[in-house]
Amino acid sequence: MLEAILAGLSGLVVGFKLLFVNWQNLIMLCVGGGLLWLAIKKDCEPLLLVPIGFGCILVNIPMSDVMLKDGFIRTIYDAGVDTELFPLLIFIGIGAMTDFGPVLAQPYTFLLGAAGQFGIFLTLLVALFLGFPKLDAVSIGIIGACDGPTAIYVTSKYAPHLLGAVAVAAYSYMSLVPVLQPPIMKALTTEKEKKTVMKFTAKPVSKTTKLLFPIVITLVGGCIAPKGLPLLATIMLGNLMKESGVVARLTGAAENEIANVVTLFLGLSIGATMAGPAFIRAETLIILALGFMAICLDTVCGVLFGKALYIMTGGKINPLIGAAGISAFPMAARVVQKVGTQYNKKSYLLMHAMGANAGGQIGSVIAAAVMLSVLAGMGVIR
Amino acid sequence: MEMDNFTFGITMLVAGMGGTLVTLGLLSLMMLGLGKLFPYKEEDGKEG
Repeated sequence: MLEAILAGLSGLVVGFKLLFVNWQNLIMLCVGGGLLWLAIKKDCEPLLLVPIGFGCILVNIPMSDVMLKDGFIRTIYDAGVDTELFPLLIFIGIGAMTDFGPVLAQPYTFLLGAAGQFGIFLTLLVALFLGFPKLDAVSIGIIGACDGPTAIYVTSKYAPHLLGAVAVAAYSYMSLVPVLQPPIMKALTTEKEKKTVMKFTAKPVSKTTKLLFPIVITLVGGCIAPKGLPLLATIMLGNLMKESGVVARLTGAAENEIANVVTLFLGLSIGATMAGPAFIRAETLIILALGFMAICLDTVCGVLFGKALYIMTGGKINPLIGAAGISAFPMAARVVQKVGTQYNKKSYLLMHAMGANAGGQIGSVIAAAVMLSVLAGMGVIR
Repeated sequence: MEMDNFTFGITMLVAGMGGTLVTLGLLSLMMLGLGKLFPYKEEDGKEG
């Protein structure tokens, strides 16, 4: 009987034994802890990093079955990530939360939103040069969209084995926008350019225009890039619900309950893809580095495009607003405002930067949609 | 269509980035047109 008791008790310590055998799991437990620390202590994208960090810890506990067949996170993953449903549901919430008024008031800022997507394609080129397969390179490049749901949508579809690294890179760097962007903005602009005062002369936007905007974007964008229609359609559906004002309950649910529940499930599922043996590879570090590069390149190209507009308009546009042409909304616009006022107290760039930032939000989705349709056109995907 | 990585990358850069710029340029023109067709009226402010 004593033997049976000892055998039974030995079952309680096997996890601890394996913890020191599988060193990758041990490291990933620390990574999970690090993500929780970033979220809780440093306030870096806590809504995502808390479930990601916790999911990462769960999957790396020795003999954990959460991601095995019928495991509870595997069930969530199969239902929402494998089917690409979660990022799309989050997009409805984003559409319901975002006010596209500033970009509609100054439609030229759409172009700044386009320039902020250059990093996607330049990073894709570098990833290919480093030897990544085509679809892996596409998924790495998409980190440059600065848009978590877009990155997850594309990666879960075409390179699911990279999902953990791509999602962590996308959300971590997005939260580091206030740290990453200012040095680039300052280095690329002259003192005179930084001090440029922009007058806000845009007129308010009519209700009809605001209502037609999501419908036109869905129709035109969908015709040009049908492979990205789910991305475009969901964000525009959310925005149509918000602007119509007749479905307040649905809008409220999309931006609160649905977005919150899906964020929790999405975060847990992504964290659970970060199992030690699959995650601790040189490839992961390269992906994190390329993601960093993608977001820096977005800022560089956005500011350079802003400089081009500064020259073309005879110095009426402050090139700093180009940095807001990324999808990190409204963080990037606030960064522009902050840097602008550092150089000129009379400079009020926020409304212009909000336009560029809302343009970046649409730009990232359009870039992903165009990318998928170009891939389909080349026969790389079906 | 079989292609090497370099051709693929350049095609993505030209067609992908070019397509993004053209699409957003087109949308910006359309939004400009919508703004002219349906200018802001005082009632919009009251409704919103």
